[in-house]
Amino acid sequence: MSDALFGIHAKALSLGRARMDVLAANIANADTPQYLAKDLDFAQALKTEFASASNLVTTSSQHLALGGNAAGGSAAEVWRTPLQPSADGNTVDVQIEQSQFAEAALKYQASLNFLDSRVRSLMTAITGQ
Amino acid sequence: MSTFRIFDIAGSALSAQSVRLNATASNLANANNVAGSPEDVYRAREPVFSVATDAQGEVAGVRVMDVQTATAEPQKLYQPGHPLADGEGYVYAPSVNVVEEMVNMISAQRSYQSNVEVFNTVKDLTMRTLTLGK
Repeated sequence: MSDALFGIHAKALSLGRARMDVLAANIANADTPQYLAKDLDFAQALKTEFASASNLVTTSSQHLALGGNAAGGSAAEVWRTPLQPSADGNTVDVQIEQSQFAEAALKYQASLNFLDSRVRSLMTAITGQ
Repeated sequence: MSTFRIFDIAGSALSAQSVRLNATASNLANANNVAGSPEDVYRAREPVFSVATDAQGEVAGVRVMDVQTATAEPQKLYQPGHPLADGEGYVYAPSVNVVEEMVNMISAQRSYQSNVEVFNTVKDLTMRTLTLGK
């Protein structure tokens, strides 16, 4: 139902939030020794999300559930390759994390805009004004 | 709740960085604090960070694991006129490296700023999400 109404953006919003979680954790741990920076492969996560949500429906209790999880698909998490590895084993490059975070925030905002106008047009259809 | 997890993450980093700033402030404040014996000398403090994980094993920010005191030997200064000088005329100064502390301070400040930026961005986005369709 919500898929037909809001298309890809409802999922993109929750995945975008999950990705910002990961990036925020990287920025928070920028000074933690031995911390390995992570990122979310957005395309892969979205694919997993759609595969688990739309195509496969379990109609019997003996069907196996697909691995995708609603929280944002930790299966799509990838390690970041450091450009300049530091002596304490930390692989966070703050500049990269900041730019990725800005990008993620912008994409989140784009999805929000689409959702917003969708809701508005629905309201127009409902109230007929 | 996972929707507001990001605030916990950024918040934990803010508190960890402020612990680091506090330690730096304490080290700098006591840099010239001499004592009459090597045991009484102030020793530099340094916090050690580690990754904080939640019950599901996911990264949930950063925490201060320990505040270590420096093991470096105090400096022995010959100042016979000093009221705290021992029998041989020596006072002991802490081995605080002021340049190192300043670098630490700038690093902590920058990290703090990054996390405030994350916090503000997410706050704005969350407010916009909450007012969706209005």
